[in-house]
Amino acid sequence: MTAHTETAHTWSRQLGGALVIVKKNALLYYLRPPVLIFGVLFPVFFFLAFKMGRPVPAESIVPGMVAMALWFTASAVGPLVTPWERRARTYERLIATPVSLRAIIGGDVVSGLIFGGCLSIVPVLLGLLLTDATIVRPGLLAAGIVLGALSFATLGVLLAAPPASSPSNIMLLSNLVRLPLLFVSGIFVPIAQMPGWARWVAPISPLSYAGGLIRGGFGQAGYFAPWLSVLMLVVFTAVFFLAACRFHRRWRARGL
Amino acid sequence: MTNVIEVHGLTKRYGQVLAVDGVDFAVREGEVFGFLGPNGAGKTTTVRLLTGVLAPTAGTARIQDHDIRTEPLLSRAHLGIVPEEANVYVDLSVWQNVMLMAQLHGVPRRQRVQEGDRLLDALGLADRKRHKARTLSKGLRQRLMLCAALVTNPQILFLDEPTSGLDVHSARLIREIVRERNRAGLTVFLTTHNMDEADAMCSRVAIINQGRIAAIDTPDGLRGVIRSRQYTEVGFEGSPPATDDLASLPGVVQVAEHDGGARLYTEAPGRVAVEIVGRAQASGWQVVHLCTCKPSLEEVFVHLTADKPQEA
Repeated sequence: MTAHTETAHTWSRQLGGALVIVKKNALLYYLRPPVLIFGVLFPVFFFLAFKMGRPVPAESIVPGMVAMALWFTASAVGPLVTPWERRARTYERLIATPVSLRAIIGGDVVSGLIFGGCLSIVPVLLGLLLTDATIVRPGLLAAGIVLGALSFATLGVLLAAPPASSPSNIMLLSNLVRLPLLFVSGIFVPIAQMPGWARWVAPISPLSYAGGLIRGGFGQAGYFAPWLSVLMLVVFTAVFFLAACRFHRRWRARGL
Repeated sequence: MTNVIEVHGLTKRYGQVLAVDGVDFAVREGEVFGFLGPNGAGKTTTVRLLTGVLAPTAGTARIQDHDIRTEPLLSRAHLGIVPEEANVYVDLSVWQNVMLMAQLHGVPRRQRVQEGDRLLDALGLADRKRHKARTLSKGLRQRLMLCAALVTNPQILFLDEPTSGLDVHSARLIREIVRERNRAGLTVFLTTHNMDEADAMCSRVAIINQGRIAAIDTPDGLRGVIRSRQYTEVGFEGSPPATDDLASLPGVVQVAEHDGGARLYTEAPGRVAVEIVGRAQASGWQVVHLCTCKPSLEEVFVHLTADKPQEA
């Protein structure tokens, strides 16, 4: 076997392993109560709290609703999987298989991407059916949803790295990160209208860029240029993924 | 015979605690290798190092000629693992559990379906195929773990306390299947506290204590190691002779009453047996039972793992 064939074989095996992880996660974790509560109910109640009693046209808040739903759903799967597997003691078996830790993490990321991407269709459809919102630039909307879900899912997997005795501790940690970022990402108030300090903080949140692309998709002006948003979401995904690999490797044996 | 596992100076340190202290051993192809030790001796840590769950602090091991540090994926490509705790995915069905492990090992679809069906049948789980694993008893879960490990067609099987706390039927079935696969060429690395199980199943046994290998040999060889614990057992009709008379026989280092007779501990049980026959003829002892015995594996284990004062 030549070096190229061997490399191709290894990649194909690891890709296959990652897809098996995706299937396992879909079977086991998509319908878990913490995923449904923090991934589905949270954004619905946030939306209602934001909309009730405010004299804003319904269609203007549709992009924010889509971005917020994507933020919570895509990042809800990762923080559940590893802590749950650690507690159920299935994690040890998983990391003793010939599937690399990177492929396992990749599978967890794709699980979040699919979950978030699919569920974000719901607010998009509701927005189109119940309000005057229209999709003006479908490419930007698709880019916002796919790249946003990818970076949010990777953040979720990164947050799952610390060893915890209970999955709820990791869910708590993930909400400590997700909630503050939600408020500085221009979801409820456009970034341009936020106070100065918040405009300085907004660029450190991947949600700011995904939200901007989704706004662009619905014909609203984003704060950042679309190319910059795409680039930043790719950079966030890469950084989160490398950090997730590093910290999962460092802490994989803890709590076994 | 080829070594399928070669361990060189394998060390694992947790802060100040040395869990595994530079162990060296080799496991030969096709053998059942027993790994015994008291709680906290370093057994599970060693298994976790070999199966890639933990990274060694120093030293390394080669599994089927692949280094666990530099070729971790290749080194665990052909391993089957049955941990002590039957950690199945309780919300997956029995069949999904088996298929998941086969898919993670890249077993082709046709092969995994055929082998999965065959193993479920052999392990008495065929009628539970569609049941969720959470509905299984401990014994059935352990059988499922074995099934999920064997469906990957491993060349080396790691078993960590596979029959601990199981009902007799499940324990026997698991031993039978493991023996059957071993006869077909599977190498087995068995960690156990059950001395009878180790004695009956293992070709060779390593005893680990305080992170170090205390002894490695065949069970018979290990029994021979502690020569002073060999003994001659004798039974008498009527009242037995005085203990002092038995203790005065040449070569006897200790006498213990046993089941109406006595055990005479000696480094030369055969010679002591001859002495007993001679003394019986001379003194009119009515001997009804006489045999020479080696210590049980359990006695060897206790002897090798007992806390001893440091020798100068």
